[in-house]
Amino acid sequence: MFDGIIQNIFNALQWGSFYSLIALGYCLVYGVLLLINFAHGDVFMVGAYLAFFLATCLLGAGSLPHWLILALIVPLTMILTSLVGVAIERVAYRPLRRKGANKLYVVITALMCGLILEHANLAIFGASRRSFPTLVDQATINLAGLSVTNLKMAVIVVAFLVFILLELVISKTKIGMAMRAISYDRFAIPLMGIPPENIIVFTFALGSGLAGLAGLLFAMSYPVLDPYMGAMIGWKAFIAAVVGGIGEIRGALVGGFLLGFVEIMAVAFFPSTFRDLIAFTILLLILWKKPTGLFGVSRYQKI
Amino acid sequence: MLLTVEDLHANYGTIEALHGISLHVAEGEIVTLIGANGAGKTTTLHSIMRLPPPEAPKTIKGDIKIQGESILAIPTHDVVRKLHVALVPEGRRIFGNLSVMENLTLATYARNRNDDLEQDLDQVFTLFPRLAERRKQRSELLSGGEQQMLAMGRALMSNCRFILLDEPSMGLAPLLMQELFKAMRQLNEHGMTILLVEQNARVALRFAHRGYVLDTGSIVAEGTSDLLLNDPEVKRAYLGG
Repeated sequence: MFDGIIQNIFNALQWGSFYSLIALGYCLVYGVLLLINFAHGDVFMVGAYLAFFLATCLLGAGSLPHWLILALIVPLTMILTSLVGVAIERVAYRPLRRKGANKLYVVITALMCGLILEHANLAIFGASRRSFPTLVDQATINLAGLSVTNLKMAVIVVAFLVFILLELVISKTKIGMAMRAISYDRFAIPLMGIPPENIIVFTFALGSGLAGLAGLLFAMSYPVLDPYMGAMIGWKAFIAAVVGGIGEIRGALVGGFLLGFVEIMAVAFFPSTFRDLIAFTILLLILWKKPTGLFGVSRYQKI
Repeated sequence: MLLTVEDLHANYGTIEALHGISLHVAEGEIVTLIGANGAGKTTTLHSIMRLPPPEAPKTIKGDIKIQGESILAIPTHDVVRKLHVALVPEGRRIFGNLSVMENLTLATYARNRNDDLEQDLDQVFTLFPRLAERRKQRSELLSGGEQQMLAMGRALMSNCRFILLDEPSMGLAPLLMQELFKAMRQLNEHGMTILLVEQNARVALRFAHRGYVLDTGSIVAEGTSDLLLNDPEVKRAYLGG
């Protein structure tokens, strides 16, 4: 019984980590552009596939030790996924922004980009699922009498580390300052000698890189890949970001873990088919009580 | 000549806001642009800064030169970074969610690593001691006057030698306004060139060396401040008789 509860908590933390890592990307882009990048869930899927191809290639390349392959895949997946995110920004969002297009059209463009990623994957690689190769042997580690698999622990630790790093970047570095500033007043950014496009590209690279990392970790934990794997998890992470208060990275973290816990607890007490119904109902209730999300503040009216 | 504007036509969408204005500012001068609301003063400043449409006007015809070279193809951030021109915009536009210090630091974003930033910060804090006292404060909590000082301090931190000021006295108490104009005078004595846009024409002309009078997108009078202050037409229309 006790062990079951502990396992549930670790599962919740693990899923919360996935949701948080993806939610951070929604949050960063929203903070800078006030745009919900609905393609983001599919960028996560692309990250998982990129990790899959990299792993398969490196495993096929010969006798590289598994730890080295993993050490190579993590940065490579993040960099390549960043490039995908930046390319979407360049090809799809930037031209609309230059023309001063209404937000609605940009959001619809984002949805289309997501669908294009899904269906390009389907068209090129077919509908068959792929299984991610085993890079790390699953082992159970004991922490003060609690047993947890090494992979689960790694996912949770990585999510927290990423959050701490991101918090540091945003609060302490000049580019972080510029990201906060641009969300307050985009007009004044070039007057500071800062090219706004640089900030936007950096934000997309960062958010997509984190989605790539999430994709890799997810594929290692649940090694079955299909073109639609990013859709549902992307929606959920988006909702987690909104519940946390979109635009606030603390909100993305808390929202992600909250969703993880609500889901796992729902399954613990109800039939598993009730999971999403219960989870979304609870999130709806939170938004009903606090429409700006847990950490969100309504924006100050500018004079 | 530091700045030359030649026959500038600028549009907002399809509406022409400037109908061919020409003006110039020499190194070390204080020049003011006066006129009623909607005359095109802000439009002129935004055009000089090359701020992008649709928020800012689009240049249709004419030329803008800094030291004889056309800047029409130069993006705003390079006008600031490479040509050392800064705009203190109307309504201040400080980053309210950042602290005073962060606002000032952000303005050094594009500067050379080995520039003497400490010295520039000292200069800003000497000019506006209140900013030093409030350096850790979230800047949307500053008073209107302090926000205006921060907006000017921010421009100075970008290492500008030519500063465009858009209605700096708007909404300020007379005492703060005096303080601000004193600071601007000091800057000018140290070699800063100033182009000032003001609705309060009398204050502006007393402060500036020369002035231009804008009316619905055209320049209708120009000359030294003394000349404009004594011009019967300018007196009647802008100085209240």
